[in-house]
This record gives sequence, structure tokens and C-alpha cells, in this order.
Amino acid sequence: MLLKKLSEAFGPSGCEQEVRTILREELKDHISEWQRDALGNLIACKPAAAGPRVMVAAHMDEVGLMISSVDSAGLLHFHKVGGIDDRVLVSKPVLIGKGRVPGVIGAKAIHLQRPEERTQVIPHRSLFIDIGAKSKEEALEKVKIGDYVIFATQYGELGASMAKGKAFDDRAGCAILAELLKEDYSFPLYGAFTVQEEVGLRGAGVAAYAIEPDLAIVLEGTTCNDVSGIEEHEYSTVIGGGPAITFMDTSAVGNKAMIRELVRLAEANGIPYQFKGTVTGGNDAGRINISRAGVPVVAVSIPCRYIHSPVSLLSLADVEHSKALVKLFLRSIEGGFRV
Amino acid sequence: MKELIKRLVEAYGPTGSEESVRSLIMEEVKPYVDEMQVDALGNLIAIKRGGGKKLMLASHMDEIGVMVTHIDDKGFLRFYSVGGLSPFTLIGNRCYFANGTVGVFGMERLDAIKDLAMNKMFIDIGADSREEALEKVNIGDTAAIRREFCDLGKRLVSKAMDNRIACAVQIEALKQVQNLAFDVYAVFTTQEEVGLRGARVAAFGITPDIGIAVDVTATGDTPKSATMDVTLGKGPTVKVRDSSLLCTPAVRRHMEQVAKANDIPYQLEVLQAGGTDGGAIQMTKSGIPTGVMSIPCRYIHTASEMVDYDDVEQGVRFLVKLMETDYLG
Repeated sequence: MLLKKLSEAFGPSGCEQEVRTILREELKDHISEWQRDALGNLIACKPAAAGPRVMVAAHMDEVGLMISSVDSAGLLHFHKVGGIDDRVLVSKPVLIGKGRVPGVIGAKAIHLQRPEERTQVIPHRSLFIDIGAKSKEEALEKVKIGDYVIFATQYGELGASMAKGKAFDDRAGCAILAELLKEDYSFPLYGAFTVQEEVGLRGAGVAAYAIEPDLAIVLEGTTCNDVSGIEEHEYSTVIGGGPAITFMDTSAVGNKAMIRELVRLAEANGIPYQFKGTVTGGNDAGRINISRAGVPVVAVSIPCRYIHSPVSLLSLADVEHSKALVKLFLRSIEGGFRV
Repeated sequence: MKELIKRLVEAYGPTGSEESVRSLIMEEVKPYVDEMQVDALGNLIAIKRGGGKKLMLASHMDEIGVMVTHIDDKGFLRFYSVGGLSPFTLIGNRCYFANGTVGVFGMERLDAIKDLAMNKMFIDIGADSREEALEKVNIGDTAAIRREFCDLGKRLVSKAMDNRIACAVQIEALKQVQNLAFDVYAVFTTQEEVGLRGARVAAFGITPDIGIAVDVTATGDTPKSATMDVTLGKGPTVKVRDSSLLCTPAVRRHMEQVAKANDIPYQLEVLQAGGTDGGAIQMTKSGIPTGVMSIPCRYIHTASEMVDYDDVEQGVRFLVKLMETDYLG
């Protein structure tokens, strides 16, 4: 299953090779023209003689860690890659480097903590990764400074139509984009699997510059806090509520004509949809929007509970509905929709 | 010109919803320009050809406002700000939507007023249920602050002086200018309040030789205000810096020379916090020499922004002369 493969792939920002390989393999019978640019973006080109140039983007990178030093006891110290809450790090199993060396993020046991330590968040700089090495030399036989670290989380399905796994932000978007690229369209379509979104939307900016699209859709995994203790008016999205359409976030204002068309298509075809209820956060849409002389954009997102943590949860129905809605949108461009 | 200012400031145009301001400006400048374009982000680019280098002017059309994020069962709307807006300025105020629907800002009961935040506030449009509210507004709709234009004689007060007063100055200058020294690209930009986005893409499309943004700036002339050497009534400013740019020294010198040569009073402006379209223009492609002229404005980002009418008229004269005087670098 593609989503499982993508979720378990090794790909923090700047280290997206495994994800690229999976996507190329998945699409080898469908894409004849690939571009891989200087930052590592993978662009699947589906040329056509006429019609608007359409870019659909999903980012390949996930949040993770990077080894910054190894101490004399053989313990590894690390920096964060992308936005991770220090509170979710303690006691998590991780995998280091392309060789996937197993380790655990260690911390002082509760017995040994002073009372004031128990009420404080342990900053990530005080945490370390233990790979079972007894010395610096032994540790350096297995890992090196600069190695990336991912959470050792297996994909799994639970309940009627839910899945748990790491990196659904944005491998869910990658999985949908791969499916969309298996079909043919009458206009030129560029499927951009971007890099380095989590550290500043870097891949999407240069990809959009090269593609020069007339319009763009961003497929994202987004926050979902429809859980106990949160007031309903502070929900960003609801899990199982369908694709979330973003009017505005800190990075972009969604194009109104595109939003209207998405809503019209969802309602006409009985596809559930929701509007994202918060305006915090940003994604690749922000960079694509201000590329060159400007590009109309809209982001369609899959709600992911517990995003940017070792394990998040999504609704497989939301994934299917998002794919169906964006496919209808692409067909409506063939039918004459223009921004 | 006051009649034009009144129409501009009372027009509806929060960030991302600049359409009606744009229509108003298009109608106003059409007889005075050679060509008009609207780009992918909604910028209005009015071109007036005089030959020579390309001069890009930029004044933003968007105003701060709010966006509906949630509608509850009783018909109350939750919202978030569009652009930099303090919740304290909303107490007792009203807003209105593109379709004319008026709402009142309300807040939850708070133990202390310092606890006030956007998520403790709501908009009441007089609906009794979610269904009734949905007949008038939807999630994602933006609303502008509702406050009428007021002519105090020497001073003018309204919502959205930031930045319609600069739009008015730019429109009026396009009407009055005689001997153009440039091909002038007068841009009325979008989405300035959320990150100078319109100006950025407009500048890319135009690739000007010189850029001049027109905006409002803060003052230091009210009781116990922050220290700032800008006063209402002492003329438009020549900006030196703000958070978004250090104005290109050669452009700043050029602007000062033009002001002096034409007996236009001006003030040098050092703005500590805040940015302008100039910041986006300057960083376009391999860099664009850029300056900024500002109209001093009190109480920026509130429902009652105040400017001095003399500053406005001198601002028009200044911008006309800047279009008529070649920039030699």
C-alpha cells in the first residue's frame, strides 16, 4: 500500500531520497518525463499542447532530528529539523541514518528527578539518543555527525477507516498526488513533489519558478484538534469531515474562484468538505502564490490529529474524498474552468 | 479631493477582497492612463507612458479586517484578524461584510480585561441560529471595520486611511501630472497587510528601474507617544528605513532634492516597526532602487485613523514632481 510505504520512508527535510525513489517506482508506467532540480524537488511532467499550466504540489519531507554531537559516553545529541514540540520527544524509539540504526531518546527516570524537574518540560538540548554504544568511538562506527533521525513508527490501520503512522504530513498529499498522476489530462500538468517545506517552504518556491504555472493546488496534511478539552470554535479541522479547504493562513490567501469551484464540485457530487477554521500555519501555497508575477493557489488538506509528532492519525475516507475532489477539479479545468 | 477620499476609505476592501476598491480606482484613473492590467494576485497596474525608464509606484488597496472561522448553533460568528489588529480596538466597534451585513463585536465574560484575545470575542449579526447566520455570511468571509469618514477641517478621520489615503494621492497625482519623465507603472496593490504579497509579484512582472511606494506612517506627536520625529501637518515624509527596507540612499537623496527644488515641505521618517510595499519591490530579481513617501497618520490600524489634509495635498504635489523629474541614480 502506497500510503504505508510513504509513511514509513526515511525523509526529513533535506533527505528526501527514499521518498523520491518510492514515487518514481510507483509512477514508472505513467510518467515519461521527470525533472529533478538542484534542491531535490521531483517534478512529474505531463505535457499537453493546449490549456493552462497546472501545478499540483505535495511535499516529501517530514519533521525529524539531526545528530549534532557524540559525547564520551557514546550518547548522541541532536537538533530538531522542522517544528517539533520538545514534549513529544522523551522515550521515543528512533532510527538514525540511512542504515536505520535503532536508538531511543533517553531522559532521567522519574525516580531521579527533583520535584521541580517533574513540572518542567525537558528541553531537547538536554535529551540524547542512546544507541547502546559504550564509547564515542563505538558510536561513531555506526553513526556520524549530520545523520538524520526519524521516529520508528509503523503504519497501522485502526477503527473502521482510520490509520496511524508518522509523516502523514505530507506523505498523505504525496500518495494522493501520485494517484492523480496516473491519469491523463488535456492540459499540461506538473506534479511537484517538493523538498524542505518544514524548514521554510524552500522547495516549492524554486519548483514554481521553474514550472511557471497558471494556477496551483497544494495537497497538505494539516492540523486537526477536534479532541476533548478544545472548544468547537477553536477546531482547525474535523477528522472524517472531508478535505479541508483553506481560505487564508499565514502564508497565502486562497484564490476565490478556485475555492468556489471546489465547493461547487463537492456539493454537486456529494463529497464532504470543510473549511479550515484556523488561520495559523503556512504551507507551500505561500511560496507558489508569490512566485514570479503571481500564481493563483488553493490548499486542500487532509486533517491529521497529533501532527508533527512521532505518530499521527488520519481518516482514510478523508484521503479518498480529497483525491476525488481534486480529480474533479482537474476535470473541470478540462471542461473550461479558468481562474 | 475630499469627496474621492471619502469614497475610497468607505469602500470595502480587507486583504484578499480588494475587488470593489479596485473597480472604484479603475473608473477613476481610466481617462488618465494609457493601459490598465489586473494580475494573478489582483493588483491593478495603471500604465502611463512618457518614455524613458520604468518608474513603479505602489500604494496598497487592502485594509485590515477580520475573517469568519466558525459559526455556532446560536448564530454567533468566531473570527480571526486579517492583518495586524489588536482585539482591544474592536470593543464597541462594528464590522460589515461584502454583502452589506453588519455585525457587532462582542466578547465572553472575562475576569480581567487584559485577558482579552481574538478567541474570546465573537461577531453578532443579529441571527438566532446557525442556519439564519448562514443565509448572510459563511466561514471564510471577511469583514471590514465599519466607521464613516469624518472631515474635521484640517484633519480627516476614518477607517482604512491606511492605505486609501495613499491610493487617493496616487490617483490624484496621475490626474495632475503633465510632463512625464518615465513610463509610469502606477500599481494599486493587494495583500500588503499580510506580507507585501501583491507588490512583490507586481514588481517581478514590471521589473522597474526605480520603485516608490506610497503608504502611511506613524507619528510621535500625541501625548506620551513613542518617540518619533514625524508630526501631522509638517508634510509628507521621505522614508529612511522601516522593518522591511533601508531605502536606497540614491533614491532617498533624489526624493529630498525634488522636494527642496519644488518647495515641498517634507520630513525624514525613521519607522521602528512596520513594513511597506517598498521592502518587496527593493528585493525583486537582482534588486530595484527603491524609496518610500509616507503620509503621517495617527492611530494606525484602528477604526479612526487620522491624517492632515495639508500633508495629503503636499503629497500629491510631491508625487507629481517625482513622476516629472528623471532619476539619474
